Amino acid sequence: MTDLREHAVDVHEQFSDSLDVGVDEIESRLETLVSEYRVPVDEARRSIVSTYLDEADMDREDLSGGSTESASVADIDAPEEWLDVTVKVVDLWEPNADSIAQVGLLGDETGTVKFTKWAKSELPELEEGAVYRLEGVVTDEYQGRFSVKLNSATTIEELDTDLEVGDDDTEVEGALVDIQSGSGLIKRCPEEDCTRVLQNGRCSEHGDVEGEFDLRIKGVLDDGIEIHETIFNQESTEELTGISLEEAQEMAMDALDTEVVVEEMRETVLGRYYRVSGPTLGRYVLANDIERLGAPTDAERVLIRARSM
Amino acid sequence: MSASVPTREVARRAFATEFNDATYTFKESDDDRAPVYSLLPTGQRANRVFVAGTLTETEDVGNDSEYWRGRIVDPTGTFFTYAGQYQPEATSVLREAETPAYVTVVGKPRTYETDEGDVNVSLRPESISVVDGATRNRWVVETAERTLDRIEAFGGAASKTPPEGGDAVAADEYAAMADTQYDPELSTYRDAVISALEDLESEADEELAAEA
Repeated sequence: MTDLREHAVDVHEQFSDSLDVGVDEIESRLETLVSEYRVPVDEARRSIVSTYLDEADMDREDLSGGSTESASVADIDAPEEWLDVTVKVVDLWEPNADSIAQVGLLGDETGTVKFTKWAKSELPELEEGAVYRLEGVVTDEYQGRFSVKLNSATTIEELDTDLEVGDDDTEVEGALVDIQSGSGLIKRCPEEDCTRVLQNGRCSEHGDVEGEFDLRIKGVLDDGIEIHETIFNQESTEELTGISLEEAQEMAMDALDTEVVVEEMRETVLGRYYRVSGPTLGRYVLANDIERLGAPTDAERVLIRARSM
Repeated sequence: MSASVPTREVARRAFATEFNDATYTFKESDDDRAPVYSLLPTGQRANRVFVAGTLTETEDVGNDSEYWRGRIVDPTGTFFTYAGQYQPEATSVLREAETPAYVTVVGKPRTYETDEGDVNVSLRPESISVVDGATRNRWVVETAERTLDRIEAFGGAASKTPPEGGDAVAADEYAAMADTQYDPELSTYRDAVISALEDLESEADEELAAEA
Protein backbone atom coordinates (compact mmCIF):
# COMPACT_ATOMS: atom_id res chain seq x y z
CA MET A 1 0.00 0.00 0.00
CA THR A 2 1.34 3.42 -0.82
CA ASP A 3 1.83 6.06 1.79
CA LEU A 4 -1.10 8.11 0.50
CA ARG A 5 -3.34 5.07 0.40
CA GLU A 6 -2.51 4.36 4.05
CA HIS A 7 -3.42 7.89 5.04
CA ALA A 8 -6.61 7.64 3.01
CA VAL A 9 -7.60 4.42 4.78
CA ASP A 10 -6.95 6.01 8.17
CA VAL A 11 -9.01 9.06 7.36
CA HIS A 12 -11.78 6.89 5.93
CA GLU A 13 -11.94 4.93 9.18
CA GLN A 14 -12.20 8.10 11.19
CA PHE A 15 -15.27 9.21 9.24
CA SER A 16 -16.84 5.85 8.39
CA ASP A 17 -19.63 6.39 10.95
CA SER A 18 -20.45 9.92 10.01
CA LEU A 19 -19.82 10.47 6.29
CA ASP A 20 -20.44 8.54 3.13
CA VAL A 21 -17.08 8.98 1.50
CA GLY A 22 -14.88 6.38 -0.16
CA VAL A 23 -11.21 5.64 0.31
CA ASP A 24 -10.54 6.38 -3.38
CA GLU A 25 -12.04 9.81 -3.16
CA ILE A 26 -9.93 10.62 -0.10
CA GLU A 27 -6.84 9.32 -1.79
CA SER A 28 -7.39 11.40 -4.89
CA ARG A 29 -7.88 14.53 -2.80
CA LEU A 30 -4.62 13.79 -1.01
CA GLU A 31 -2.95 13.13 -4.34
CA THR A 32 -4.04 16.54 -5.66
CA LEU A 33 -2.68 18.38 -2.66
CA VAL A 34 0.56 16.46 -2.44
CA SER A 35 1.48 16.09 -6.13
CA GLU A 36 0.01 19.19 -7.71
CA TYR A 37 0.19 21.69 -4.90
CA ARG A 38 3.32 20.39 -3.20
CA VAL A 39 1.70 20.30 0.21
CA PRO A 40 3.47 18.02 2.71
CA VAL A 41 1.44 14.88 3.29
CA ASP A 42 0.74 15.58 6.99
CA GLU A 43 -0.57 19.02 6.14
CA ALA A 44 -2.60 17.61 3.27
CA ARG A 45 -4.19 15.06 5.55
CA ARG A 46 -4.93 17.72 8.13
CA SER A 47 -6.61 19.92 5.58
CA ILE A 48 -8.77 17.08 4.25
CA VAL A 49 -9.77 16.06 7.76
CA SER A 50 -10.80 19.66 8.41
CA THR A 51 -12.97 19.66 5.32
CA TYR A 52 -14.73 16.46 6.35
CA LEU A 53 -15.15 17.72 9.91
CA ASP A 54 -17.03 20.70 8.49
CA GLU A 55 -19.15 18.50 6.29
CA ALA A 56 -20.01 16.19 9.17
CA ASP A 57 -20.45 19.12 11.57
CA MET A 58 -18.00 17.56 14.01
CA ASP A 59 -15.21 18.93 16.21
CA ARG A 60 -11.69 17.66 15.90
CA GLU A 61 -11.89 16.20 19.37
CA ASP A 62 -14.92 14.15 18.39
CA LEU A 63 -12.71 12.30 15.97
CA SER A 64 -11.61 8.88 16.95
CA GLY A 65 -8.15 7.88 15.91
CA GLY A 66 -9.60 5.04 13.92
CA SER A 67 -8.08 2.40 16.08
CA THR A 68 -7.21 3.09 19.69
CA GLU A 69 -4.83 1.19 21.83
CA SER A 70 -5.24 -0.37 25.25
CA ALA A 71 -2.76 1.20 27.60
CA SER A 72 -1.66 1.35 31.20
CA VAL A 73 -1.48 4.68 32.95
CA ALA A 74 2.29 4.45 33.25
CA ASP A 75 2.53 4.09 29.44
CA ILE A 76 1.21 7.58 28.84
CA ASP A 77 4.21 9.46 27.57
CA ALA A 78 3.03 11.60 24.67
CA PRO A 79 0.22 14.09 24.08
CA GLU A 80 -2.63 13.64 21.59
CA GLU A 81 -2.75 9.88 21.65
CA TRP A 82 -6.00 7.96 21.59
CA LEU A 83 -6.08 5.28 24.23
CA ASP A 84 -8.35 2.78 25.98
CA VAL A 85 -7.78 2.44 29.71
CA THR A 86 -9.25 0.44 32.57
CA VAL A 87 -9.08 2.64 35.62
CA LYS A 88 -10.46 3.39 39.04
CA VAL A 89 -11.60 6.90 39.94
CA VAL A 90 -9.21 7.72 42.77
CA ASP A 91 -10.27 11.28 43.42
CA LEU A 92 -12.73 13.87 42.14
CA TRP A 93 -11.89 17.56 42.40
CA GLU A 94 -13.97 20.69 42.13
CA PRO A 95 -13.98 21.86 38.47
CA ASN A 96 -12.78 25.46 38.22
CA ALA A 97 -14.55 26.23 34.94
CA ASP A 98 -18.08 25.75 33.62
CA SER A 99 -16.73 24.00 30.54
CA ILE A 100 -15.50 21.13 32.73
CA ALA A 101 -18.04 18.57 33.94
CA GLN A 102 -15.66 16.52 36.08
CA VAL A 103 -11.97 16.62 36.92
CA GLY A 104 -9.95 14.31 39.13
CA LEU A 105 -7.53 11.45 39.32
CA LEU A 106 -7.71 8.05 37.62
CA GLY A 107 -5.47 5.15 38.49
CA ASP A 108 -4.54 1.60 37.61
CA GLU A 109 -1.89 -0.82 38.84
CA THR A 110 0.85 1.24 37.22
CA GLY A 111 0.06 4.69 38.55
CA THR A 112 -2.29 7.64 38.47
CA VAL A 113 -3.19 10.30 35.93
CA LYS A 114 -5.34 13.43 35.99
CA PHE A 115 -8.49 13.41 33.88
CA THR A 116 -10.80 16.09 32.55
CA LYS A 117 -14.31 15.49 31.26
CA TRP A 118 -15.80 18.27 29.18
CA ALA A 119 -19.31 19.51 29.94
CA LYS A 120 -20.31 19.68 26.27
CA SER A 121 -19.42 16.02 25.78
CA GLU A 122 -22.49 15.11 27.89
CA LEU A 123 -20.99 11.91 29.24
CA PRO A 124 -22.37 9.99 32.23
CA GLU A 125 -21.13 10.92 35.69
CA LEU A 126 -18.06 9.07 36.98
CA GLU A 127 -18.22 8.00 40.61
CA GLU A 128 -15.33 8.02 43.03
CA GLY A 129 -14.07 4.52 43.84
CA ALA A 130 -15.73 2.91 40.79
CA VAL A 131 -13.79 1.11 38.05
CA TYR A 132 -14.42 1.94 34.40
CA ARG A 133 -13.37 0.85 30.96
CA LEU A 134 -12.79 4.10 29.07
CA GLU A 135 -12.37 3.75 25.33
CA GLY A 136 -11.13 6.63 23.24
CA VAL A 137 -9.62 9.04 25.74
CA VAL A 138 -7.07 11.54 24.45
CA THR A 139 -3.82 12.27 26.21
CA ASP A 140 -2.63 15.79 26.87
CA GLU A 141 0.48 17.32 28.29
CA TYR A 142 1.08 20.42 30.36
CA GLN A 143 4.55 21.33 31.64
CA GLY A 144 5.78 17.79 31.34
CA ARG A 145 2.81 16.25 33.15
CA PHE A 146 0.32 14.12 31.29
CA SER A 147 -3.43 13.95 31.64
CA VAL A 148 -6.30 12.35 29.76
CA LYS A 149 -9.38 14.03 28.38
CA LEU A 150 -12.74 12.37 28.00
CA ASN A 151 -14.63 13.65 24.96
CA SER A 152 -17.89 12.92 23.18
CA ALA A 153 -16.25 10.06 21.27
CA THR A 154 -15.26 8.35 24.53
CA THR A 155 -17.26 5.33 25.61
CA ILE A 156 -17.63 4.67 29.32
CA GLU A 157 -18.46 1.27 30.73
CA GLU A 158 -18.60 0.70 34.46
CA LEU A 159 -16.99 -2.58 35.49
CA ASP A 160 -18.16 -4.60 38.46
CA THR A 161 -14.68 -5.11 39.81
CA ASP A 162 -12.04 -3.44 41.91
CA LEU A 163 -8.43 -2.75 41.14
CA GLU A 164 -5.41 -1.89 43.20
CA VAL A 165 -4.08 1.53 42.28
CA GLY A 166 -0.31 1.56 42.22
CA ASP A 167 1.74 4.50 43.29
CA ASP A 168 3.95 6.26 40.83
CA ASP A 169 6.19 7.68 43.48
CA THR A 170 9.48 9.19 42.51
CA GLU A 171 12.55 8.25 44.51
CA VAL A 172 15.46 10.65 44.67
CA GLU A 173 18.59 10.85 46.73
CA GLY A 174 21.50 13.16 47.31
CA ALA A 175 23.01 15.62 49.72
CA LEU A 176 20.63 18.21 51.12
CA VAL A 177 22.49 21.26 49.84
CA ASP A 178 19.94 24.01 50.48
CA ILE A 179 16.88 24.88 52.50
CA GLN A 180 14.88 27.52 50.66
CA SER A 181 13.01 30.51 52.05
CA GLY A 182 9.52 29.74 53.26
CA SER A 183 10.83 26.79 55.29
CA GLY A 184 10.63 26.11 59.01
CA LEU A 185 7.80 27.39 61.16
CA ILE A 186 5.29 29.02 58.84
CA LYS A 187 1.73 30.33 59.08
CA ARG A 188 -1.02 29.36 56.68
CA CYS A 189 -4.26 31.10 55.81
CA PRO A 190 -7.11 29.54 57.83
CA GLU A 191 -9.78 30.28 55.19
CA GLU A 192 -11.49 27.16 53.95
CA ASP A 193 -9.56 25.42 51.13
CA CYS A 194 -6.97 28.21 51.08
CA THR A 195 -3.88 27.09 53.06
CA ARG A 196 -1.69 29.70 51.36
CA VAL A 197 1.49 30.52 53.27
CA LEU A 198 1.26 33.98 54.85
CA GLN A 199 3.83 36.67 54.12
CA ASN A 200 4.12 39.02 57.11
CA GLY A 201 0.74 37.88 58.35
CA ARG A 202 -0.98 38.48 55.01
CA CYS A 203 -2.58 35.98 52.68
CA SER A 204 -2.28 37.01 49.04
CA GLU A 205 -5.95 36.10 48.58
CA HIS A 206 -7.62 36.94 51.90
CA GLY A 207 -5.46 39.77 53.32
CA ASP A 208 -4.67 40.03 57.04
CA VAL A 209 -5.73 36.83 58.77
CA GLU A 210 -4.97 35.00 61.99
CA GLY A 211 -2.68 32.34 60.56
CA GLU A 212 -2.33 28.74 61.62
CA PHE A 213 1.14 27.41 62.42
CA ASP A 214 2.61 24.66 60.27
CA LEU A 215 6.04 23.14 59.60
CA ARG A 216 7.51 22.79 56.15
CA ILE A 217 10.89 22.45 54.49
CA LYS A 218 11.54 23.25 50.86
CA GLY A 219 14.89 21.61 50.28
CA VAL A 220 17.24 20.77 47.45
CA LEU A 221 18.73 17.29 47.10
CA ASP A 222 21.80 17.20 44.89
CA ASP A 223 23.61 14.05 43.77
CA GLY A 224 26.35 15.81 41.80
CA ILE A 225 24.55 15.16 38.49
CA GLU A 226 21.21 16.85 38.99
CA ILE A 227 19.14 18.56 41.64
CA HIS A 228 15.73 17.60 42.97
CA GLU A 229 13.57 20.12 44.75
CA THR A 230 11.75 18.47 47.59
CA ILE A 231 8.96 19.51 49.94
CA PHE A 232 8.69 18.04 53.41
CA ASN A 233 5.28 18.55 54.99
CA GLN A 234 4.71 18.84 58.75
CA GLU A 235 4.94 15.12 59.40
CA SER A 236 8.07 14.54 57.33
CA THR A 237 9.69 17.74 58.61
CA GLU A 238 9.19 16.47 62.17
CA GLU A 239 10.68 13.13 61.17
CA LEU A 240 13.59 14.76 59.34
CA THR A 241 14.54 17.30 62.01
CA GLY A 242 13.26 15.74 65.23
CA ILE A 243 11.52 19.05 65.99
CA SER A 244 7.77 18.83 66.54
CA LEU A 245 5.33 21.60 65.73
CA GLU A 246 4.80 22.26 69.47
CA GLU A 247 8.54 22.45 70.12
CA ALA A 248 8.99 24.75 67.13
CA GLN A 249 6.30 27.10 68.47
CA GLU A 250 7.97 27.13 71.90
CA MET A 251 11.35 27.87 70.35
CA ALA A 252 9.87 30.74 68.38
CA MET A 253 8.04 32.07 71.43
CA ASP A 254 11.22 32.03 73.56
CA ALA A 255 13.21 33.80 70.88
CA LEU A 256 10.35 36.08 69.80
CA ASP A 257 11.32 35.07 66.26
CA THR A 258 10.22 32.21 64.00
CA GLU A 259 13.56 32.23 62.15
CA VAL A 260 15.27 30.36 65.01
CA VAL A 261 13.36 27.26 63.98
CA VAL A 262 14.71 27.09 60.44
CA GLU A 263 18.20 27.96 61.67
CA GLU A 264 18.10 25.01 64.04
CA MET A 265 16.81 22.80 61.21
CA ARG A 266 19.63 23.89 58.91
CA GLU A 267 22.15 22.82 61.52
CA THR A 268 20.56 19.40 61.87
CA VAL A 269 19.94 18.42 58.25
CA LEU A 270 21.99 20.48 55.76
CA GLY A 271 25.00 18.76 54.21
CA ARG A 272 23.73 15.25 54.98
CA TYR A 273 22.58 12.57 52.54
CA TYR A 274 18.97 11.50 52.22
CA ARG A 275 16.79 9.33 50.04
CA VAL A 276 13.18 10.43 49.78
CA SER A 277 10.21 9.15 47.84
CA GLY A 278 6.74 10.43 47.15
CA PRO A 279 4.53 11.82 44.42
CA THR A 280 5.69 14.75 42.31
CA LEU A 281 3.88 18.07 42.27
CA GLY A 282 5.17 20.30 39.51
CA ARG A 283 8.90 20.43 39.97
CA TYR A 284 8.76 19.20 43.57
CA VAL A 285 8.96 15.71 45.00
CA LEU A 286 6.72 15.49 48.07
CA ALA A 287 8.79 13.59 50.61
CA ASN A 288 6.48 11.02 52.13
CA ASP A 289 9.22 8.54 52.95
CA ILE A 290 12.59 9.68 54.18
CA GLU A 291 15.74 7.70 54.76
CA ARG A 292 18.95 9.14 56.12
CA LEU A 293 21.87 7.65 54.21
CA GLY A 294 24.89 6.70 56.26
CA ALA A 295 28.12 4.91 55.49
CA PRO A 296 28.75 4.00 51.84
CA THR A 297 28.12 0.44 50.75
CA ASP A 298 29.77 0.36 47.35
CA ALA A 299 33.36 1.45 48.02
CA GLU A 300 34.74 -1.85 46.80
CA ARG A 301 32.82 -1.76 43.52
CA VAL A 302 34.07 1.77 42.79
CA LEU A 303 37.63 0.77 43.70
CA ILE A 304 37.49 -2.13 41.26
CA ARG A 305 36.15 0.22 38.60
CA ALA A 306 38.97 2.71 39.24
CA ARG A 307 41.66 0.03 39.09
CA SER A 308 40.32 -1.32 35.82
CA MET A 309 40.48 2.06 34.08
CA MET B 1 17.82 22.52 29.84
CA SER B 2 15.80 25.61 29.14
CA ALA B 3 17.68 28.85 28.74
CA SER B 4 14.83 31.05 29.95
CA VAL B 5 14.36 29.58 33.43
CA PRO B 6 17.45 30.01 35.59
CA THR B 7 18.15 26.58 36.95
CA ARG B 8 20.02 25.97 40.14
CA GLU B 9 23.62 24.96 39.58
CA VAL B 10 24.45 21.37 40.47
CA ALA B 11 27.05 21.00 43.23
CA ARG B 12 29.91 19.10 41.57
CA ARG B 13 31.96 16.56 43.47
CA ALA B 14 35.73 16.80 43.27
CA PHE B 15 38.59 15.78 45.52
CA ALA B 16 40.86 18.52 46.87
CA THR B 17 43.68 17.61 44.53
CA GLU B 18 41.53 18.23 41.48
CA PHE B 19 39.64 21.20 42.96
CA ASN B 20 42.91 23.02 43.69
CA ASP B 21 44.03 22.46 40.08
CA ALA B 22 40.88 24.13 38.72
CA THR B 23 42.53 27.51 38.21
CA TYR B 24 40.81 28.44 34.95
CA THR B 25 37.50 30.28 35.26
CA PHE B 26 35.07 31.44 32.60
CA LYS B 27 31.58 32.80 31.93
CA GLU B 28 29.20 31.55 29.28
CA SER B 29 27.58 34.92 28.55
CA ASP B 30 28.52 38.61 28.72
CA ASP B 31 25.79 39.32 31.24
CA ASP B 32 27.25 40.77 34.46
CA ARG B 33 25.15 38.37 36.49
CA ALA B 34 26.08 35.32 34.42
CA PRO B 35 27.49 32.55 36.62
CA VAL B 36 31.25 32.12 36.83
CA TYR B 37 32.47 28.58 36.32
CA SER B 38 35.67 26.93 37.38
CA LEU B 39 36.87 24.36 34.93
CA LEU B 40 37.67 21.01 36.53
CA PRO B 41 40.69 19.38 34.87
CA THR B 42 38.69 16.18 34.26
CA GLY B 43 36.35 18.18 32.02
CA GLN B 44 33.36 19.62 33.84
CA ARG B 45 32.32 23.16 34.70
CA ALA B 46 31.67 23.90 38.37
CA ASN B 47 29.81 26.93 39.69
CA ARG B 48 29.06 25.12 42.94
CA VAL B 49 30.67 22.18 44.73
CA PHE B 50 29.84 19.93 47.65
CA VAL B 51 32.88 18.76 49.59
CA ALA B 52 33.58 16.85 52.78
CA GLY B 53 36.58 16.33 54.96
CA THR B 54 38.18 16.95 58.31
CA LEU B 55 38.21 20.52 59.52
CA THR B 56 41.68 20.61 61.04
CA GLU B 57 42.30 24.30 61.69
CA THR B 58 40.32 27.50 61.85
CA GLU B 59 41.79 30.97 62.11
CA ASP B 60 40.43 34.49 62.03
CA VAL B 61 42.69 36.10 59.44
CA GLY B 62 40.63 39.31 59.14
CA ASN B 63 42.02 42.75 59.94
CA ASP B 64 39.10 45.05 60.71
CA SER B 65 36.31 42.53 60.63
CA GLU B 66 36.12 38.81 61.19
CA TYR B 67 37.35 36.75 58.24
CA TRP B 68 37.74 33.07 58.98
CA ARG B 69 39.88 30.57 57.17
CA GLY B 70 39.26 26.86 57.53
CA ARG B 71 41.46 23.99 56.38
CA ILE B 72 39.43 20.97 55.31
CA VAL B 73 41.42 17.84 54.60
CA ASP B 74 40.18 15.05 52.34
CA PRO B 75 42.12 11.88 51.45
CA THR B 76 43.87 13.66 48.57
CA GLY B 77 44.65 17.16 49.83
CA THR B 78 43.35 20.28 51.53
CA PHE B 79 40.48 22.61 50.70
CA PHE B 80 40.83 26.20 51.91
CA THR B 81 37.60 27.92 52.76
CA TYR B 82 37.14 31.60 53.67
CA ALA B 83 34.05 33.08 55.29
CA GLY B 84 33.36 36.64 56.40
CA GLN B 85 30.49 38.96 57.16
CA TYR B 86 28.55 38.01 54.01
CA GLN B 87 28.49 34.36 55.07
CA PRO B 88 27.29 34.81 58.66
CA GLU B 89 26.15 31.22 59.18
CA ALA B 90 29.32 29.63 57.80
CA THR B 91 31.39 32.16 59.73
CA SER B 92 29.77 31.21 63.00
CA VAL B 93 30.36 27.51 62.30
CA LEU B 94 34.06 28.18 61.72
CA ARG B 95 34.24 30.42 64.80
CA GLU B 96 32.61 27.86 67.04
CA ALA B 97 33.84 24.56 65.60
CA GLU B 98 36.07 22.40 67.74
CA THR B 99 38.73 20.91 65.52
CA PRO B 100 39.23 18.29 64.35
CA ALA B 101 35.70 17.65 63.11
CA TYR B 102 34.15 16.14 60.00
CA VAL B 103 32.36 18.77 57.95
CA THR B 104 30.57 19.08 54.65
CA VAL B 105 30.57 22.35 52.73
CA VAL B 106 28.31 23.61 49.97
CA GLY B 107 30.09 26.47 48.28
CA LYS B 108 31.44 28.27 45.26
CA PRO B 109 34.96 27.95 43.86
CA ARG B 110 36.94 31.19 43.96
CA THR B 111 40.34 31.86 42.44
CA TYR B 112 42.85 34.53 43.35
CA GLU B 113 46.31 35.38 42.14
CA THR B 114 49.14 35.50 44.65
CA ASP B 115 51.92 38.10 44.62
CA GLU B 116 54.12 35.46 43.03
CA GLY B 117 51.67 35.09 40.17
CA ASP B 118 50.32 31.69 41.19
CA VAL B 119 46.57 31.11 41.01
CA ASN B 120 45.08 29.69 44.19
CA VAL B 121 41.66 28.12 44.39
CA SER B 122 39.52 28.42 47.48
CA LEU B 123 35.99 27.73 48.53
CA ARG B 124 33.45 30.38 49.53
CA PRO B 125 30.93 28.53 51.67
CA GLU B 126 27.18 28.81 51.36
CA SER B 127 26.83 26.45 54.30
CA ILE B 128 29.12 24.39 56.50
CA SER B 129 27.76 21.47 58.51
CA VAL B 130 29.45 19.44 61.21
CA VAL B 131 28.68 15.82 60.24
CA ASP B 132 29.53 12.26 61.22
CA GLY B 133 32.21 9.99 59.74
CA ALA B 134 29.65 7.97 57.78
CA THR B 135 28.56 11.06 55.84
CA ARG B 136 32.18 11.96 55.10
CA ASN B 137 32.87 8.40 53.89
CA ARG B 138 29.79 8.42 51.70
CA TRP B 139 31.09 11.61 50.10
CA VAL B 140 34.47 9.98 49.42
CA VAL B 141 32.85 7.11 47.52
CA GLU B 142 30.41 9.40 45.70
CA THR B 143 33.19 11.79 44.71
CA ALA B 144 35.32 8.87 43.55
CA GLU B 145 32.46 7.71 41.33
CA ARG B 146 31.75 11.16 39.87
CA THR B 147 35.46 11.68 39.18
CA LEU B 148 35.66 8.33 37.38
CA ASP B 149 32.55 9.30 35.36
CA ARG B 150 34.32 12.44 34.21
CA ILE B 151 37.59 10.68 33.41
CA GLU B 152 35.67 8.07 31.43
CA ALA B 153 33.70 10.73 29.53
CA PHE B 154 36.95 12.57 28.83
CA GLY B 155 38.51 9.55 27.18
CA GLY B 156 35.09 8.55 25.85
CA ALA B 157 34.88 11.72 23.79
CA ALA B 158 36.79 9.47 21.38
CA SER B 159 35.17 6.12 22.22
CA LYS B 160 31.65 7.64 22.55
CA THR B 161 30.62 6.21 25.90
CA PRO B 162 28.20 8.70 27.40
CA PRO B 163 28.82 9.37 31.10
CA GLU B 164 26.31 7.93 33.53
CA GLY B 165 23.29 10.23 33.70
CA GLY B 166 25.29 13.04 32.18
CA ASP B 167 25.04 15.05 29.06
CA ALA B 168 27.53 13.58 26.61
CA VAL B 169 27.68 16.62 24.37
CA ALA B 170 28.30 19.03 27.25
CA ALA B 171 30.89 16.68 28.73
CA ASP B 172 32.72 16.68 25.40
CA GLU B 173 32.70 20.46 25.33
CA TYR B 174 34.31 20.85 28.75
CA ALA B 175 36.69 17.98 28.17
CA ALA B 176 37.90 19.79 25.07
CA MET B 177 38.23 23.01 27.06
CA ALA B 178 40.15 21.23 29.83
CA ASP B 179 42.39 19.63 27.25
CA THR B 180 43.26 23.06 25.86
CA GLN B 181 43.61 24.86 29.18
CA TYR B 182 45.40 22.25 31.26
CA ASP B 183 46.49 19.35 29.08
CA PRO B 184 45.75 17.30 32.21
CA GLU B 185 47.42 14.11 33.32
CA LEU B 186 44.19 12.20 33.97
CA SER B 187 45.99 9.31 35.63
CA THR B 188 46.83 11.66 38.53
CA TYR B 189 43.15 12.02 39.31
CA ARG B 190 42.45 8.35 38.84
CA ASP B 191 45.31 7.51 41.22
CA ALA B 192 43.87 9.99 43.74
CA VAL B 193 40.54 8.15 43.51
CA ILE B 194 42.23 4.82 44.10
CA SER B 195 44.21 5.99 47.12
CA ALA B 196 41.13 7.71 48.61
CA LEU B 197 39.16 4.47 48.34
CA GLU B 198 42.05 2.39 49.67
CA ASP B 199 42.18 4.73 52.68
CA LEU B 200 38.53 3.98 53.33
CA GLU B 201 39.07 0.25 53.14
CA SER B 202 41.99 0.32 55.54
CA GLU B 203 39.99 2.52 57.93
CA ALA B 204 37.19 -0.01 57.80
CA ASP B 205 39.67 -2.82 58.48
CA GLU B 206 41.09 -0.96 61.46
CA GLU B 207 37.62 -0.43 62.86
CA LEU B 208 36.90 -4.13 62.50
CA ALA B 209 40.21 -4.96 64.19
CA ALA B 210 39.41 -2.53 67.01
CA GLU B 211 36.02 -4.13 67.55
CA ALA B 212 37.42 -7.68 67.57
